[in-house]
Amino acid sequence: MKKIVVILALISLLIVLAIGNLSQKDSEPTIIMQLKEKYNRKETPSVDHSKFAVLQQKFTSPQEVTKVCEYCHNKTAHQVMNSNHWNWEREEYVQGRGVIYLGKGNAINNFCIGTQGNEESCAKCHIGFGMDSKRTVLTDSTNIDCLVCHDNSETYAKAPEKGGAPLATLDFNKIAQSVGKPKRSNCGVCHFYGGGGNNVKHGDLEMSQFEPTKDIDIHMASDGANLQCVDCHTTEQHNISGKVYSLSSMSHNRNTCEQCHTATPHKDDILNEHTLKVACQTCHIPTYAKGNSTKMYWDWSTAGKLKNGEPYEEDDSLGNHTYLSIKGSFVWERNVKPDYIWFNGTASHYLEGDKIQDTTKSIVLNQLHGSYADNESKIVPVKIHIAKQPFDPINKILIQPKLYADTVGEGAFWKDFNWVKASEVGMKDAGLPFSGKVSFIKTEMYWPVNHMVATKENTLQCNSCHTRQNSRLANLNDFYMPGRDYSSFVDEGGKWLIIISLFGIFIHAAIRVFTYRKLKKEVSK
Amino acid sequence: MSKRQIYIYKSFERFWHWMQAILIFFLAFTGFEIHGTYSFFGYRDAVRYHNVATYMFIGLIIFTIFWHLTTGEYKQYLPTFKNIKAQLDYYIFGIFRNAPHPTKKTVLSKLNPLQKLTYFGLKILVIPLSVTSGLLYMFYRYPSRQGIEAINIQSLEFIAIFHTVAAILLVIFIVTHLYLITTGETVTSNLRAMLTGYEELEDAHKDEEKISDPKLTTQTFE
Repeated sequence: MKKIVVILALISLLIVLAIGNLSQKDSEPTIIMQLKEKYNRKETPSVDHSKFAVLQQKFTSPQEVTKVCEYCHNKTAHQVMNSNHWNWEREEYVQGRGVIYLGKGNAINNFCIGTQGNEESCAKCHIGFGMDSKRTVLTDSTNIDCLVCHDNSETYAKAPEKGGAPLATLDFNKIAQSVGKPKRSNCGVCHFYGGGGNNVKHGDLEMSQFEPTKDIDIHMASDGANLQCVDCHTTEQHNISGKVYSLSSMSHNRNTCEQCHTATPHKDDILNEHTLKVACQTCHIPTYAKGNSTKMYWDWSTAGKLKNGEPYEEDDSLGNHTYLSIKGSFVWERNVKPDYIWFNGTASHYLEGDKIQDTTKSIVLNQLHGSYADNESKIVPVKIHIAKQPFDPINKILIQPKLYADTVGEGAFWKDFNWVKASEVGMKDAGLPFSGKVSFIKTEMYWPVNHMVATKENTLQCNSCHTRQNSRLANLNDFYMPGRDYSSFVDEGGKWLIIISLFGIFIHAAIRVFTYRKLKKEVSK
Repeated sequence: MSKRQIYIYKSFERFWHWMQAILIFFLAFTGFEIHGTYSFFGYRDAVRYHNVATYMFIGLIIFTIFWHLTTGEYKQYLPTFKNIKAQLDYYIFGIFRNAPHPTKKTVLSKLNPLQKLTYFGLKILVIPLSVTSGLLYMFYRYPSRQGIEAINIQSLEFIAIFHTVAAILLVIFIVTHLYLITTGETVTSNLRAMLTGYEELEDAHKDEEKISDPKLTTQTFE
């Protein structure tokens, strides 16, 4: 009896332990419910701009609209003119350089390369009017383009190659009276088209996100939470939170999933522990470029081919350009599995004029820092964009060519198709030396993937990474990961020890059976 | 020499033995899935089951240590080098000639010298290695969040490798153990004893008589 009591006590203790371990804290539903409630509330604006008499007047230029805006919002111009959206640069501390102003003026990318000398074309995505290469526009507050961000009529549009000026045909009254909080369309009109076309740059920001489904983006889904960009990219005094590491290098003013979801959002403790080393995005964005293809490779060296003296284009079956005389050849991909890297939120950049030490390797234009050993680092998904772009083999610097001009003969590559001429003019504009020689070099850019978060059902599973074959993290080799890694010495040694044991047992048993029979026979004789 | 059914394995001992057998088998099976050797439950469930079995195993170990200390049964496992050669000779030669076991099994001395050595090694080396590396594996790095810097280990690699080594040793033990249980008086007598608790042994109450029996003493040392 006593024994049975002891055994029962033991079993019940084991059951208690098992239940204790299996039942998890139930925190997720409450947080998700709170968030859903919060973002479901309709905001009612405190003023109706369509009732203001000043907005009924006849506007002949966009600057006149801005003046009227500033009449009431009389402190806003100061905020806007201190923003990186206006200045196209940020104060950043960069390792080895100190504090610099990093932005489109001095960084080089491996898409359209840079803005220097091409401002009138690039400024289609500047929140101002009348941009030219001298950038004088930046000091005049009436050049602020309030409407490009605040138009809620969905009719505002900028004119191509006019330094940021809007189309001449717009109804400014209708637009000015519609103003409100920026919507996805306001941000998307620039940020979805970076690099000269839909989804060229980011891979996770593209026009399908104007009205996405839940499969494209669980947060922005118009049939779901329908979040707007500024719901996460919270803004104070026109300073918008979040940035992308093509042009930033410090770990500040970042937007995180944790700001809504907390650092431990899962029911399962083991999953919560992952958040120490793995960014949310890694599991929750299994693929990017879900709606339309994104550009993965850009080869400038093939640009300039003409048919009958005219530039031409070639498209793939999905309608993506695979060749453009003005830009070269491209490779596009859809539903791309990201690459994965360690990232601690800091980056260093190739800036105009930097000497390339080793011209045999591909140059990383924005190196994202991080490693397993670094406590600040997490594994993040990235899009790696590879390019072959012009460089000066004598001076060993990347070339900033003049690409855009109004007319033939100014040296612009897109009009004259001459690399040497375009490089000469471009480098002169940028104030950099040029040897007269143009060759091409392989470059890489790293774009952290943060949008296109998948539904819960479509997130990565354990064995997407914890597996010996085709692990998503197969390239991150500076740490031991269960399921993927093993000591081949221990595994092979163990395997052979077990085989030898089994073999020994087999031999021993065989001899036993054999001798047993022999003895039995002898006895029976 | 009189033989009779003797109650040799007490009920807790049997419960512990079979519970341990099930848990070690289950831990090894789920563990090698986590290790990436094969796929059966799916990674997530394998981890979850492995962790539950871990707590059960640790619970069992705590009870068993308590039992061993309070009953004095731990003395059974103190290794001795006496008769080791005789025992080895038995497995290598005697067993094939139907020779008698070189050491007799009694309630006070259930284990032969090789068993003593092996189980002692398991109890003080392999299982502690397995459990400590396993606990470090489970709580690896995460202590740093609770501010326990002392066990903030930088790499899982050594922990994982030690854990694997312990697991492989246990698998080899189980394989040979499963075979050696067939080497009792009959093929199934050891198994039956561990199930029922009773084994047909020389009567322990006649110990004194046996020692004076010259036939038996020679048998022991041959």
